Amino acid sequence: MTVELKKPTVVGYVDRLYAYPGDEVTLRVSVCEPTKRYRAELVRLVCGETGPKGPGVKEERVASAVDGEHDGIEQRTSFGSHGIVDNLPALGAVAISVLAYPTLPGRGRQALVALGTLRLVLDETGAPALLVGDRALSAGVALRDQWWHRIEARYDPATGAAAIAATPFAGLHADRAQSAEGRLEAGAAPSGPLFFAAAPGPDGGATEHFYGKLEAPRLVSGTVDAQWDFSRGIDTARIEDVSPSRLHGRLVNAPKRAVTGSRWDGSVHHWKLDPSHYAAIHFHADDLADAEWKPSLRFKLPERMKSGFYAIKLTGSSLPFHVGLIVSPRPGARCAKLAVLASTVTYLAYANYRRRMSPGPFELAMGTLPTVDLTDVFLAEHFEFGHSTYDVYRDGYGVGHSTFRRPLFNFRPTGRFWNFAMDLCIIDWLDQQGIDYDVISDHELQDRGADLLSSYRAVMSASHPEYYSSEMLQAVEGFLSRGGRFMYMGGNGFYWRVTFPPAWPGMIELRRAEDGTRAWEEMPGQYNHATGELGGLWRRNGWPPNMLFGVGFYAQGFDNSSYYRRTAASCDPRAAFLFAGIDDEIIGDFGASGDGAAGLEIDIYDRRLGSPPHGLVVASSENHSNAFMLVNEEILSNRQGQDGAQNPAIRADMVFFETPSGGAVFSTGSIAFVASLAHDNYRNNVSRLIRNVVDRFIDPQPFAIPKP
Amino acid sequence: MLRNAPPIDPARLDLAAEYRAKPFGRHSPDLQALLNVMRRAENCQDLILVSIAPNRWVLGHREPDGKPPTLFTDQVFDRLEDGEWEGFKRRWRALTGQELVLP
Repeated sequence: MTVELKKPTVVGYVDRLYAYPGDEVTLRVSVCEPTKRYRAELVRLVCGETGPKGPGVKEERVASAVDGEHDGIEQRTSFGSHGIVDNLPALGAVAISVLAYPTLPGRGRQALVALGTLRLVLDETGAPALLVGDRALSAGVALRDQWWHRIEARYDPATGAAAIAATPFAGLHADRAQSAEGRLEAGAAPSGPLFFAAAPGPDGGATEHFYGKLEAPRLVSGTVDAQWDFSRGIDTARIEDVSPSRLHGRLVNAPKRAVTGSRWDGSVHHWKLDPSHYAAIHFHADDLADAEWKPSLRFKLPERMKSGFYAIKLTGSSLPFHVGLIVSPRPGARCAKLAVLASTVTYLAYANYRRRMSPGPFELAMGTLPTVDLTDVFLAEHFEFGHSTYDVYRDGYGVGHSTFRRPLFNFRPTGRFWNFAMDLCIIDWLDQQGIDYDVISDHELQDRGADLLSSYRAVMSASHPEYYSSEMLQAVEGFLSRGGRFMYMGGNGFYWRVTFPPAWPGMIELRRAEDGTRAWEEMPGQYNHATGELGGLWRRNGWPPNMLFGVGFYAQGFDNSSYYRRTAASCDPRAAFLFAGIDDEIIGDFGASGDGAAGLEIDIYDRRLGSPPHGLVVASSENHSNAFMLVNEEILSNRQGQDGAQNPAIRADMVFFETPSGGAVFSTGSIAFVASLAHDNYRNNVSRLIRNVVDRFIDPQPFAIPKP
Repeated sequence: MLRNAPPIDPARLDLAAEYRAKPFGRHSPDLQALLNVMRRAENCQDLILVSIAPNRWVLGHREPDGKPPTLFTDQVFDRLEDGEWEGFKRRWRALTGQELVLP
C-alpha cells in the first residue's frame, strides 16, 4: 500500500506572541524544498482539530499585507550554548585552566576552551586533549561524568611544546590524575575570539559544543592573566573577567546559570546567599534561545480586525504550517465585557514537545499509546528547533528554558488536542453563541499587569493555564479584589512558577523543584531561578491555586473522560443562576475529549490548600478509569488502591464562590471541559451552564459574599 | 520479559475481547494487570500512533535519541481504537508466542 506522508516544507516564527491591530510583525521563514517559494496568508482560527466527535477545523481567511506568494530561503539555526570573548589581545605562549564537570563525555568531540586552531577538548572518547589543527595531545583516558576535574594545558607556538593535565576533585571514588607532555604543531598562534564550551565553526557559528558545567576558566599569556568568574552576573548573559584585563564575554543560547559549582557542599541552597557555590554554568549542545533567522517579511496587521487567535499560514508544496499569534485590542481601544485569556506561557512551556516520540513505557502514565502527527514527525527531523520544558537534554538533565524566537510546533489548530488547539473550542463556542469577547494573552498580562484586566467585567481562562509568573498571579488577584469575575475553564492551572529572564527576551524559565507531577527533576541546590525566585509549585510557594480559584490539581488520566454529578449545593440559591434551565443531574457525559467533560487533568476543592470556606462545590465528577492517578504532591508514600477505578476521591470539582467587592469565581476543574461545549450542535447542559455563567458574570450587578 | 513479571495467559481471550470492546476507560482488574505487563518498557515495543491525515492513523516505532519514529505504513487505521487494538495484538503475539484470534 502506498501512503502519502505529507509534512510541512515551510516553517517560520514571528517576533512576538501577541500583537495589536495595525502592528508591524516580522516573520521569519525557512523553506525546506527546492522551489524556495511559499504562500502566506493570515487566518483567524475558530476551531481546532477535535477528532470525529467535534466540529473540526474552522479558520477564516483575513485579507492582509502578508497574503501571496513569496520567495524564501532555507535558514540556518544556531543552536547549542557557549560563551564568547570577542576581543582578545595578541597572545603568545598560553596556559589555560578550567574546572569541568562533564555530563555526556564520549559523545563526539567537545570543546572546553577554544582559541582559533588551539582547542582544549574532551575528545571522542571523553579524554581531555589539547589540539592544534588536527594534531592532539591526549591526557590519557576518559573523564568520569558527573565529577569535577581541574583541566590545565600549556602551549607555546614558538616551539610547539604542549602539556595537559586533568586532576579529579578529591572524593571517595575519585579517579586518578592524568597528564601528558609533548609537541604539537608550532607556529599556530592562539587567537580570539575565545570560545567556552564550543569551538568556532566553519560557517562563522560554533561547533563541538560541550555538555556539562564549566567554572573559573583562566587564560595566562604574557601580561594577560584573565580569570572569568561565572558567579558574577548570574542573572545576565554576561561573563566577567575579574582580572585587570577586563576581557568580559557574553553567552549565546542561554546556558543554565544559578547551577551548583565545584564548591557546592549542600550548605547553601540559594545562589544569592553565596554565589561562590554557584560559580558554574551548565552548557548543552541542544540549548536554544534564539534561532536568529533572517527576517523574511515585515508586514502590518490590518487596522481593523477582530481580536482572536490568528495564524500566518505558510504553505509550500505540502502540509501547511501555522505560525500562531494572538491579536488583542490595543490599550485604550474599545473592549468587550468578556476577555478570553490565552495561555501563551503554557503553550510556550509545551512548545516543541519531543518526549512523546521517545522510547519508554509511556502508556503506564497515560493509559493510551502516544499519538503524534506528521508535523510532529517533521519536528523530530529537526533537532535544531530545540526542546520543550517537558524534555531532557541529551545528557539527561531537564530543559528549563523555552523561547518563542524559533518555530513553534504547537501554536496551531491541528495536532494534539491540547492547549492551543483545545482552547479554540472556547472561541468556536463564543462565536456560535454570538457573545462579544476579546482575546488577551499571558504575555500581555505579564507586560501590562492588572491594568490589562481592569477593562473587563469577566475573564475566562484557557483549558490548561498551568504556568504562571508571580506578576501574572498578582494581576489576577488584583482583578478579583476589585470585583472582577473569573471563569477558570480548565484543569491543572496556576501550578508551576515561571519567570521571564530579562537577559533572554522571548524566553521563560522553569525549575521543576522538589515536588509535583514532573517531567524531570531539578537538581538539588538549584531550585532558585536565575531571577532569584524559588521555583516549583505555586502550592509550595504560598499561592496554591485553590486560594484564588477554589480548586487545585488532584489527579490525571488520559484514556477517557467522565461526567459530573450535581451536588446538593447546586440547589443553593446562590447557585441558582448556574443551573437555570438545566434539570439534569448528570452534566457533561459527552464531549470530543474522551466522551466526557471531566478528564485529562482534574482539580478539586480543598480547604487545606486555601479553597474559600464559602465556596460551593456544585458538581463533582465520578467513575474515572484505572488510568487516573493521584498527583505526586498528594502522596507522601506509595500506597495501593489509588487509581480512578478504586479511589472514589479521584474527581473534578466544579466550584462557585463570591469575592469581595462584588466579584465571583467559577471553576470547572477539568481540562476536557471545553471540548464538551459543541456537543449536539452546541445544545447541551455544559453549553447552557457556561452561557449562564457568562451572562451573570458580565452583568454589573455585584455578587455578595454570604454571611457566615 | 523480566522473570518476576506476571505472565500473560494466552487462554484469557476474554480479556482481549474486553479490551477490543473498550480500549479506553475503566477496565476489569485482570485486564488492567495484563495491560500493565504489556506496557512495561521491555514489552511495549515502543509503539506510537501517528496521524497521517484527519482520522487516518498508522502505527510506528519510537526511536532513541529524539530521532523520528519509524512508520509502519502497511496498515492504515480510520480510528484510534483500531490502532490501539493492533498494538495489543502485536504485544500479545510477542509475549505468548501465539497469534491473537478472537472468535
